[in-house]
Amino acid sequence: MRKVAILSVGMTKVDKHWRSSLRELFSEAAKRAMNGSNVPKIDALIVGNMCASDLSDQNNIGALLADHLGIVPSTAYRIEAACASGAAAVLAAYGAVSSGMHDFVITGGVEKLTDGVGGNTTLSLGKAADAEYELFYGSSFVSLNALLMNHYMNFYHVPRETFADLAVLMHKNGARNPYAQLPFEITRETVLNSDMISDPISLYDCAPVGDGAAALILCPLDEAKKYSDTFVEISGIAGATDTINLSSRSDLLTLRSIVVAAEKAYRMAGITPADIDVAEIHDTFTITGALSIEDLGLCEKGKFGKMLASGAFSEGGKVVINPSGGLKSRGHPVGATGAYQIAEVAMQLSDKAGKWQVKDAEIGVAQNIGGSGSSTFVTVLRRSR
Amino acid sequence: MMSVPRYWRELPERSRFEGFRCTKCGTVSYPPRAKCLKCGSDSLIVYKLPERGRVVTFTIVRSPPKGFEKMVPYVLGVVELEDGTNVTVQITDVEPEEVRIGMPVEAVFRKVCEDGDAGIIEYALKFRPSI
Amino acid sequence: MKPLLDVVIAGWGSYIPKYRVSVEEIARIWGKSPRHYKEELLIDEKAVTSQDEDVATISVEAAKNALKRANISPKELGAVFVGSESKPYAVKPTGTIVADAIGATPKVLAADLEFACKAGTESLQCCIGLVGSGMINYGMAIGADTAQGAPGDALEFSAGCGGTSIIVGRGDKEKEPVALLEGSLSYVTDTPDFWRRPKREYPSHAEAFTGEPAYFNHIVSAGKALMEELSLKPSDFSYAVLHQPNGKFPIRAAKQMGFTKDQIEAGLLVPFIGNLYAGSSVTGLSAVLDVAKPGERIFLASFGSGAGSDAFSFMVKDGIDNKRDRANKVRDYIKRKKNIDYATYTKFRRKILL
Repeated sequence: MRKVAILSVGMTKVDKHWRSSLRELFSEAAKRAMNGSNVPKIDALIVGNMCASDLSDQNNIGALLADHLGIVPSTAYRIEAACASGAAAVLAAYGAVSSGMHDFVITGGVEKLTDGVGGNTTLSLGKAADAEYELFYGSSFVSLNALLMNHYMNFYHVPRETFADLAVLMHKNGARNPYAQLPFEITRETVLNSDMISDPISLYDCAPVGDGAAALILCPLDEAKKYSDTFVEISGIAGATDTINLSSRSDLLTLRSIVVAAEKAYRMAGITPADIDVAEIHDTFTITGALSIEDLGLCEKGKFGKMLASGAFSEGGKVVINPSGGLKSRGHPVGATGAYQIAEVAMQLSDKAGKWQVKDAEIGVAQNIGGSGSSTFVTVLRRSR
Repeated sequence: MMSVPRYWRELPERSRFEGFRCTKCGTVSYPPRAKCLKCGSDSLIVYKLPERGRVVTFTIVRSPPKGFEKMVPYVLGVVELEDGTNVTVQITDVEPEEVRIGMPVEAVFRKVCEDGDAGIIEYALKFRPSI
Repeated sequence: MKPLLDVVIAGWGSYIPKYRVSVEEIARIWGKSPRHYKEELLIDEKAVTSQDEDVATISVEAAKNALKRANISPKELGAVFVGSESKPYAVKPTGTIVADAIGATPKVLAADLEFACKAGTESLQCCIGLVGSGMINYGMAIGADTAQGAPGDALEFSAGCGGTSIIVGRGDKEKEPVALLEGSLSYVTDTPDFWRRPKREYPSHAEAFTGEPAYFNHIVSAGKALMEELSLKPSDFSYAVLHQPNGKFPIRAAKQMGFTKDQIEAGLLVPFIGNLYAGSSVTGLSAVLDVAKPGERIFLASFGSGAGSDAFSFMVKDGIDNKRDRANKVRDYIKRKKNIDYATYTKFRRKILL
């Protein structure tokens, strides 16, 4: 098994891209990535996407994007793992390069949520859940996570204010990121005064709806320096599942898929949570962010609020969380998010993160969740020397 | 709102609470599975879940998915049944503000949604505060 | 009419929804005085379904309560009939929805019956026939309705929701009989007092004509004819349960038949829950069974517009004592209530175009 490097990355701003189609958006990100290194060819395109079938009436995304990018007859296919499609695609691409099957793979994700009309977007996003036993009852992505939030708040006696503070930090970070959908600061009151979507989750506890694409070029680590000065090593990558149906989980306070995926990825990379300098975690909702931080081992269960308040998750603290602004401020174009996260960490570890650069980051982690915790993919990157 | 075959197929599960139980380790599987989640055994038999329990967690849906617009606000919850099994259900016959974690509840057969005024009506078990 | 084999009531159960709309609240919206409804018609409030209830859901809960009391497996039921004038589908039997939900399928006869407010007792007559002929061991008859009155119409004040399930079985096989059917009689004529044409949302009625030529003629004639056939007098009965479109009619009809106000008291529910239409007289019967003692005799007469009446005489047996507490009683459901305003009522009952 060969070691794998990320040669270069490219992304679009996350926004409501009315004027860009699915194919145009991905090509924009892909071209930026291709311009960042000089690979001789692209053997395969492995891309993540969740909703195109519902919202853009488009299946067969692999072939579509390969066509638009002008790389036919390369291998191409789509990977789908709900909102973890992006990281799952990178995992598949990693496997393809690591095994020797392909040398140069372009991977990433693309999502056009704004192609949906009148409730179709919410409906499509909901399909990450158990259709027969969760969606049937009128649940949605928000309401299932609200069940987790209410449970956590009640068990650990944590008020809404603590969750609001996480959203505030995300916006503080995202305000510096030109790729962010909501690049402005907010206050605790912004969150607490926003409309309830599904109690206790309010509008400002939620990531916004937007479009975006992120692309990464992978190649064998040993060859990377031929094609780029600023490549980064993928030192650990793993996925894990938990039951799709929330009520079948053994513990509603923990997202076990995060715990297991992190353990596997950390072991592969030879690290512990204490070694992590920067983390792009999956904060679709403030509760998801809280559980992600805890279940990645970055703090004890029930304590994310305390740690947040102490500055542990900001520059100068224990680990910088979501310098990009996270899903909350940077945005969450679902099938692309995982790719954005990994690309962001790669940028941090190659000093390409401009105004939101974390100083001297050596080891970074990206964590991407599918559904209400039914799967998680964790990627560990290491600065190359 | 689901297609007729999808609704009809799992009526015994959703309307009569028929799940599976592993004969090897006793673990209840609801929704049903092909193999036991705990021990991996194939030997699963039909098992009728209890119809009483307590609320573990809940949420008040105000921004609903398509098909549920006229029902808001409604309550979705996880209920722990008398045998320890958790189920995700709607909680009905109660003001949303009055739902409490730990509240004793019992199953009732109710309408979940209907496909306009021409399509079928879909029913299932929901839970209400125990009388 | 007497069946060849003895037929007994084996179980009974009801369901009444939680929500109530008071007569004052309806009167407030339409600028009427509540006095006529409260003091003359003796209606205080009516029970209404919430958005996730209908005749199928009411029937299922009533059926499950009846099964608890009858203490039989649902697979022992040979028939499930649902009598209603507000069934969820115009074409697709509520009977199969109920039979499947309670686990009685597939070897069971299921159907829906319609005869305005007497469809419940009609279902009962059919079950008596099937059991009494030896064709089936147990039959379930349900009368349930979520009938509506047109907004502002007199009937809006009284049209309530709820239903009851009665399980009958064979007298020679039932170990804990609740009551023995002594005899029944049906009395019908083509009398168009109240009706609803297919594409109309709400029913129409012939106002005062619904009184003497319709309700009183049929219910009193049926009652008198039954008692004559069985050589019984009103004083032989401890209870008389009549169809209750309001409080005034059954009190007057009872008097006309020779019953006292005391005899109809236990089964008179309309002041608290309104007129349950096909569920009306059977729910009155259910409330009586909740309190009746062995050796007491019960008179039951329904009335359905169109028009007709089914009359029955039941002798309460020993089995009732053990069965009474096995399920929620009618008064448990009457007690469980929450008053709502007219706006919420229109949202629940889809009277605004949703």
